[in-house]
Amino acid sequence: MEFLSSICPPEILCQILVGLSRTTILFIVASGLTLILGVLRIPNIAHGSLYMIGAFVAFSVSKWFGGGTTGFWMAVALAPFAVALLSLVVERGIFSHLYEREHLMLLLLTFSLALILSDLVKMVWGGQYKTVQLPGSFKGPIALASLPIPIYNIFLVIIGPVVALGLWLLANKTKIGKISRAAAVDREMVGAVGVNVSWVFAIVFVIGCFLAGMGGALVSPIVNITLGMDHTLIIEAFLIVIIGGLGNVWGALLGALIFGLTQSLGILIWPQFGIVFPYAAVVTVLIFRPTGLLKSTW
Amino acid sequence: MTTKNIRGKEFWLVPLLFILLLVFPLVLTRFYTYLLALIFVSGLAAMSLNLVLGYGGIYQFHHAVFYGVGAYGAALTITKLGYSPWIGFLVGPLLAAFFSLIMGAICVRLSKLYFGMLQISLGSLVWAIVYRWYSFTGGDDGIHGVSMPALIGSTKGSYYFTLLVTGACLMTMYFIVTSPFGSALQGIRDNPVRSEAVGVNVRLHQLVALVIAGFFAGVAGVLFVVVDNSAFPDMLFWTLSLEILIMCLLGGWLTFLGPMLGAAMMVALRTFASTFTEYWTLIQGIILMLVIIFLPEGVLGYVIAKFKRLGEVASGGKA
Repeated sequence: MEFLSSICPPEILCQILVGLSRTTILFIVASGLTLILGVLRIPNIAHGSLYMIGAFVAFSVSKWFGGGTTGFWMAVALAPFAVALLSLVVERGIFSHLYEREHLMLLLLTFSLALILSDLVKMVWGGQYKTVQLPGSFKGPIALASLPIPIYNIFLVIIGPVVALGLWLLANKTKIGKISRAAAVDREMVGAVGVNVSWVFAIVFVIGCFLAGMGGALVSPIVNITLGMDHTLIIEAFLIVIIGGLGNVWGALLGALIFGLTQSLGILIWPQFGIVFPYAAVVTVLIFRPTGLLKSTW
Repeated sequence: MTTKNIRGKEFWLVPLLFILLLVFPLVLTRFYTYLLALIFVSGLAAMSLNLVLGYGGIYQFHHAVFYGVGAYGAALTITKLGYSPWIGFLVGPLLAAFFSLIMGAICVRLSKLYFGMLQISLGSLVWAIVYRWYSFTGGDDGIHGVSMPALIGSTKGSYYFTLLVTGACLMTMYFIVTSPFGSALQGIRDNPVRSEAVGVNVRLHQLVALVIAGFFAGVAGVLFVVVDNSAFPDMLFWTLSLEILIMCLLGGWLTFLGPMLGAAMMVALRTFASTFTEYWTLIQGIILMLVIIFLPEGVLGYVIAKFKRLGEVASGGKA
């Protein structure tokens, strides 16, 4: 720690850590979005709503188990599955019939779904904001280079690479991963060799939405859970996916890093315009590389 | 996009409708007059988008930026710089056209989805600046209580001003889409490669169309300031852009007046549904989903297609 503080002022170190924990949330949500975009070619605006639902479900589960440590872990474990289940219903009920439509139509279709979901959330949970308690073991800050760092942020920074590794293993070492990568490139051919492409799409969609729910559950203890929390996040996730390269999970990680770090360091440089920096970074990237930094699957 | 001709044969109805709209404020209450004015404003914004979306086949995802820039341009000229409102009304659309020129010049080399994605990120950048620049734009509070000249200060006055300006803009737009330029634009939409081959400068035509669309969106933004006396950052947020897109889709983006009809449906639906339920977004979402699934050419597009088929049957042709 002494070493770190000798090369870098502690407040910058602290902002980097905050940025990295934000990166984790952004990456988890954006990786789900990019999976769906890469394989199913659906620009899923409702992804943000699923993130929001993940956070609300986390609140309910945590309350059900009486809060505290048990409540938190149950929330993180169960909320993504609840979101995945909901997404399966949506995929089989609506999207699976409409894959052949134009992108613009699919975009508006998922937007209409987002409208519906946001009002359903309002019906179930009401308009007031909710909070999830952090378990006791995560509460205290630890002193890092003489600055207090919330332990939960460090936990998030560790989770990010774990999820990335898990996704890499899923995509490269499992059969469904290999089939879905093939389907992303040529869905007719995959269908022709006897794979039920429709169900491959369903599974990828559900995994993507599971990640949205996971992002919502993980963010639930550090933000106010409220209606409209999906609006800013979904545009950020989309921009991350775009600068990373459509369908590229590593691109989503890179994009989330750029977005998270420019945001947190931008606040240090110019507090008032902190949120402008990531958008400016995205525009700069796209002007020079309109198809994203890494290779797109499109 | 289909190769359908969208020159709009329903145009003769417009003068009739115009006279009707002139009489309306005399019989309607203030609230309905305000509502109608709001429909014109949203409809003009949607129709300006449709110039590039329906006629140009350009995926302008973040059109609300120009609507917002027009509104802020007028509101800031009046409140911060202290000029006469009439000057503000000119500054708004010109500023919107200028933004459209810069953003268009950056985006126009890309096509379809990549155009839309760069455009939405540029638009988000503009939104973020407006949203945080408290000392100039008022940040997330926006600008309220912009004073208007006495002539258009009342509800009736602002209604007639909005009606006249919208009418003039519609006529200009109709003139543009039926001009050789409009034909070239539709040619580019249907077959960009062939258009290029016969000597049409595709990029230039698209850029000009984008600037024109940005200008009219700016006019719509100014009219919003006239009707509501305010401007706020949500006018540049991406959700509004999708709402404007929905208006085009709902009414039918392969027709000239479709987006106006879509705007009327959206504004009316929101107002009336919100009087009896707080869940009007749900209703809006369901209606939109049904339209996308069953009427992909929009309500007006569907009606026109139906009429055409009826006409063909009546004249003994094949349906």
